[in-house]
Amino acid sequence: MTEPQQDLQALVDAARAEIAACSSIEDLETIRVRLLGKKGEITEQLKSLGAMPADVRKSAGAKINEAKNALSTALDERRAVLEAQKLADQLASDAVDVTLPGRGQSTGGLHPVTRVRRRIEQIFRNAGFTIEDGPEIEDEWHNFEALNIPANHPARAMHDTFYFPDGRLLRTHTSPVQIRAMKDRKPPFRVIAPGRVYRCDSDMTHTPMFHQVEGLVVDEGITFANLKAVLHGFMKSLFEKDVKMRLRPSYFPFTEPSAEVDISCVSCGGTGCRVCKNTGWVEVAGCGVVHPNVLRAVGVDPERYTGYAFGMGIDRLTMLRYNVNDIRLYFENDLRFLKQFA
Amino acid sequence: MKISLNWLRDWVDTGNDVPALAHQLTMAGLEIEGIHRAGPELSGIVVGEVLAVEKHPDAEKLNVCRVSNGREELQIVCGAPNVRAGMKAPLALIGAKLPNGTEIKKAKLRGVESNGMLCSARELGLSEESSGLLDLPQHVTTGQDLVAALQLDDTILEVNLTPNRGDCMSVAGIAREAAAARATPLKGPEFKPVAPAITDTFPVRLEATAACPKFAGRVIRGINIGAKSPWWMQERLRRAGLRPISAVVDVTNYVMLELGQPMHAYDLGQLSGSIVVRSARAGEKLKLLDGRTIELTPDIAVIADEKVALGMAGVMGGEDSGISDATKDVFLEVAFFEPDAVAGRGRRYGLITDASQRFERGVDPQLQERAIERATQLLLECAGGQAGPTVVTRHDGFAPRRSAITLRHRRVRHVLGVQLSDDTVLDCLRRLNMEIEAAPGDDLRASWLVTPPSWRFDIHIEEDLIEEVARLYGFDNIPEQDAIGDQAILPWTETRVRNERAADLLVARGYHEAITYTFTDAQSQSVLFGETALALSNPISAELGVMRLSLWPGLVHAARENHRRQQHRVRLFEIGRRFASKTGAETEMIAGVASGSALAEQWGAETAKVDFFDVKADVEALIALSDDADAFRFTAEKHPALHPGQSARLWRGDRPVGWIGALHPQHLKALDLTYPLYVFELEVAGVLAARVPEFREISKYPAIRRDVAVIVDEAIPVEALESAIRKSAGTLLTDVSVLSVYRGKQFEKGKKSIALGLQLQDTSRTLTDHDADAIVAQVVDALSHQLNATIRDK
Repeated sequence: MTEPQQDLQALVDAARAEIAACSSIEDLETIRVRLLGKKGEITEQLKSLGAMPADVRKSAGAKINEAKNALSTALDERRAVLEAQKLADQLASDAVDVTLPGRGQSTGGLHPVTRVRRRIEQIFRNAGFTIEDGPEIEDEWHNFEALNIPANHPARAMHDTFYFPDGRLLRTHTSPVQIRAMKDRKPPFRVIAPGRVYRCDSDMTHTPMFHQVEGLVVDEGITFANLKAVLHGFMKSLFEKDVKMRLRPSYFPFTEPSAEVDISCVSCGGTGCRVCKNTGWVEVAGCGVVHPNVLRAVGVDPERYTGYAFGMGIDRLTMLRYNVNDIRLYFENDLRFLKQFA
Repeated sequence: MKISLNWLRDWVDTGNDVPALAHQLTMAGLEIEGIHRAGPELSGIVVGEVLAVEKHPDAEKLNVCRVSNGREELQIVCGAPNVRAGMKAPLALIGAKLPNGTEIKKAKLRGVESNGMLCSARELGLSEESSGLLDLPQHVTTGQDLVAALQLDDTILEVNLTPNRGDCMSVAGIAREAAAARATPLKGPEFKPVAPAITDTFPVRLEATAACPKFAGRVIRGINIGAKSPWWMQERLRRAGLRPISAVVDVTNYVMLELGQPMHAYDLGQLSGSIVVRSARAGEKLKLLDGRTIELTPDIAVIADEKVALGMAGVMGGEDSGISDATKDVFLEVAFFEPDAVAGRGRRYGLITDASQRFERGVDPQLQERAIERATQLLLECAGGQAGPTVVTRHDGFAPRRSAITLRHRRVRHVLGVQLSDDTVLDCLRRLNMEIEAAPGDDLRASWLVTPPSWRFDIHIEEDLIEEVARLYGFDNIPEQDAIGDQAILPWTETRVRNERAADLLVARGYHEAITYTFTDAQSQSVLFGETALALSNPISAELGVMRLSLWPGLVHAARENHRRQQHRVRLFEIGRRFASKTGAETEMIAGVASGSALAEQWGAETAKVDFFDVKADVEALIALSDDADAFRFTAEKHPALHPGQSARLWRGDRPVGWIGALHPQHLKALDLTYPLYVFELEVAGVLAARVPEFREISKYPAIRRDVAVIVDEAIPVEALESAIRKSAGTLLTDVSVLSVYRGKQFEKGKKSIALGLQLQDTSRTLTDHDADAIVAQVVDALSHQLNATIRDK
């Protein structure tokens, strides 16, 4: 055994150079096994200590251990460098173009009339109204007579009614739901009834089917002043604007007093534009205090109870809300139209 | 209804601010829909008087006229054929501008100087067409500004009347409202009765007294039937939208517009015996003024003579008894017909006349005497003749007075929600010509007896009076007041998924909501469903003639229209009702249609076309909302609208709740569609009824997964395999899933291979391989015995 220290030093120097040059974790592991493994070069040197005389054994052992520790550190350090590099490489290759669109099913959308109908329902639900429903095929009694519109009444001429051969009809308004809501029940009533209604009319501004929402409140002490407050609050909430409201005296056989409801034009704010035909006002609803004959028809005592009712065209409110300029678009179901409300 | 503001001003002080007047009327309930100028803006046009006319020396068709402008004589060259000396015609002075933009300049026409232009009505924008110069009436002053002379600075108000206000269908009626709204008195022209010059009368007999309790008649002899009405009358008629015809017709129309009383002039020479107002006989024929012959029913009252029916009471006169060019003597009818006896009668024959609109809403039963005197006076002025005495035939006991209504002061507050003073209430009522006295036992503070005027047909009950008070007080002046009510907690169920939730789910899965008509085309619908739908009696068109049996026709139509608009990927849904074939019974449905690619075109995904299972996944997602998916199953069943190999019925337990499938290729062809359409339709109530979830213990022990692959006949549905597995595996089976379905050469023809994954788990112990093997053995045994399955790879 000649100059073991010199041999050891050469071994360490060579190994250091090799570790520094190593460029993969796998190769580095191979080097570790060759140097420090069970049969590694350093390990073999340690094993050879037993054959040495006791006087040199101690110092030789210390030197070999020193070399072992130095190489082990060098290996660890190199490994850390290589791992960091590997992670960096992986991250670089994993990078995606985050501007590419996401994959999968696209989303659709609700019909604009439904959007507004939901707003209406939610606003009134928040105020303690329930939502009622009635048939679209009605009889004359519910659609007309119970609402104080007898046969031959001139008001029937305002309702171009679709009839069936058996005398039934397609409801011309949501008002019959008032009757159904009150019949066989006891006040108080606080309901709205949205739904489809039908009139035998089709032109630029009319479709034979459209949507209305009926409102009805009957209780002790309900007044016209309450009606004004509810409608004005509703209009402000629906349009999210501080709209002005005015009630114009009008005529519906089932309310007395009756009024048409105008709000300041939501498009121009009341200064005059195409939407309000330069009047500053748009008509959005009809309303009134429930006629005593209607209450009597459903067994409610008009001396004790009073109430109000209103009806609004949802399609019209939708036009105003989203600035839609042609009512016929609602029922063409053109995806280019529908997608604007998705 | 249109009326001239100048005419209205004869009756009431309207002020000068027209928009303010319109606002007042609108806020009183007479909506002013439009305010228009009566004529074009003109300046520099005066009344010219043609003094002399000479032929132009060099032009055949031209005349050289000497025309006075009131101050001097002008030489004017004129090409109008009707120019004549002595006539008065509009004269455009040098510098005037005509409505068409022409500026009048000094000119030479074929060498002759012309200092202005004589104008036709068309050139002044007063009418669409005209022949020659506008021949002005002689009474206008030469040199006067034409606008003033013709009262062209008039305004036309367009009033939208509600059907309860028949009393406002006249200048007098609107004037009454304006007077009430403005708290100003009604002026109203004075009419003096016309003293009879002759004694002739014509007998009138009232048989249908319920329909006609009052009839004023008058004979006028020797009228000039060819007479024209005066220019001012024609102009007022025109401004109200009526065409001037002849003096007699114009006068009856004028009085109707002025007072609201329709009237009729008969040719006295054509009447035989007497006038009889009676019910029509069943099947009785009547030849109308418009030339049509109609067949009457006994609930219609007619005016007849002793021979035939002459007219439909309150609606329209007949042709034969009406005035003609040969008429010399007339009989004037000014009657009161009860609204109930007129309402709806004309409409049956498509007759909506000025008369019927007024009578069915109500004509003042006290008006007839006044109206007949007014008409007589105007008729004599316009067409000459001699009037006999007015004879009013009246049914005994007819009382045109209205009965009194009790109005309680507290009720006013009760309905309106505002405390009005006694004076306010009484003032409003008095302005409307209501008669007021204290109710018996009360003083004027507590309640009143109120009698409406005879012209108001719309005031019957206390609330009607309250409305009158409110509209005159002003709806704007009633404060807004939030209701004070008991706050009640409302029910809010979890056992029914809200439609909104279902709609939102479909939206999240790529569907757009459609709203289609609930009526559809009979023909194409019956092809799809093999049933006849409930038909409308009066559809808007044949394509919208019957109620829909399903939401599919509308959705399929919408899908097709979208394809035509280059929208090739369509996913639409609708929530709405369908109507059963005979009864029309309504069922709320949720339905969808899908075609085109399964996913919107995108990178990194295959562009597969939508198929049955894409749509089925959407339906399954809807089902899952119920928290009761296990209760649903699909069975292969045929439907006339659907592809026989791709159609399934959906069941919830024993209840059929919907259909899903591909539209039958034959229907696609009939609809001109070249691509498959997948549709579904579910009963909302059946599918969205929900189970309230109930917690189950989560097992602490590990699960074991075993896969089983079998080869079975093509005809065996996967559901049969699943069901056999569930039954044979026992309670430790927690889930079965379909892993793969293969068909191919490695299998016998008519066979398919299906791999299923079984999830096994116990809640009280860890299952062993031995346990799992035993269960799989049971399953395999059941499959091979019950479904003739052979096990693959084992």
